[in-house]
Amino acid sequence: MSRRKAARAEVAPAVAQRSGLTIRPVRRGDLEAVIAIDTRVTGLEKPDYWRSVYRRYGESATTAGAQFLVAESAGEVLGFVIGEVRDWEFGAPPCGWVFAIDVRPDARLGGIGTRLLESICAGFRRAGVRKVRTMLASDNTLILSFFRSQGLMAGRFIPLEMDLDE
Amino acid sequence: MKLQQNSLLALYSLFEFAGDPMRHISAAEIAQKYRVSPHHLAKVLAELARAGIVQSVRGVGGGYRFTANARRLTLLDVIARFEDVGSGTTERGGRTPADRALSTVLTEIDEMAKATLKSITLATLLRLSQHKAAGTEEVVAAGSDRGSRSPR
Repeated sequence: MSRRKAARAEVAPAVAQRSGLTIRPVRRGDLEAVIAIDTRVTGLEKPDYWRSVYRRYGESATTAGAQFLVAESAGEVLGFVIGEVRDWEFGAPPCGWVFAIDVRPDARLGGIGTRLLESICAGFRRAGVRKVRTMLASDNTLILSFFRSQGLMAGRFIPLEMDLDE
Repeated sequence: MKLQQNSLLALYSLFEFAGDPMRHISAAEIAQKYRVSPHHLAKVLAELARAGIVQSVRGVGGGYRFTANARRLTLLDVIARFEDVGSGTTERGGRTPADRALSTVLTEIDEMAKATLKSITLATLLRLSQHKAAGTEEVVAAGSDRGSRSPR
């Protein structure tokens, strides 16, 4: 099985079938809810961005190891997680990268984020990688605390940046 | 990074309280476990009680109990009560270009330290210690397993 198919194979049942919450690959019809969650959390509506993310990581994604999962309960999308396997980026052996995770604010503290992360990590394992990474702003305390609570620690990479002159 | 003694005592104590939140734990018990001065520890616990993080319980079987939310209380919340985290830029106040350059680098380190301490809750610290303990047990078990094999 290709890495992409393996990663997108059915989400582990033990993870997906607790307390009426389903973790499953995104569908086109979920996009509106995903955009609404992001808009509510960030205060910025970015429909074009999300449509391009859907094309890259959604149902017809061609990116190897791509995963775009949603958490659904009673027909409502309550959260999402997106990531992919990246090979030798920054000189690192293939690993899973989580680059977006969010849960609707009124559905938080119920373990949905944990389930989403467990599911995407299960997909990464099926794709054959043994490490997961993410990167976020140092002042994003809420999401930093979440990842910390899931066992993620500072890695061996240090992000660097600078302003480019006009 | 090195924490001041009061910060360490506070974290040791909270580690005990949050690890068994239903139990009243005396200052003497914690002082004995971590081999620290009971008098010094009492001052630290009084500060934690003033902050509403622990509550003093009087009488027989008294002591302190944890009253905060371990999933919300961060290491920075605790440490900041006892020391000024991340204020250690150059003492010369940026008088020269070298001072200012050094200050930029030290501020970067301070900001990283603060972000780290702010992102780790007491609950996460407890979980981390359990993982470390489990890892140690595995190493010990592997060692004893190796040790049990006698050469033939």
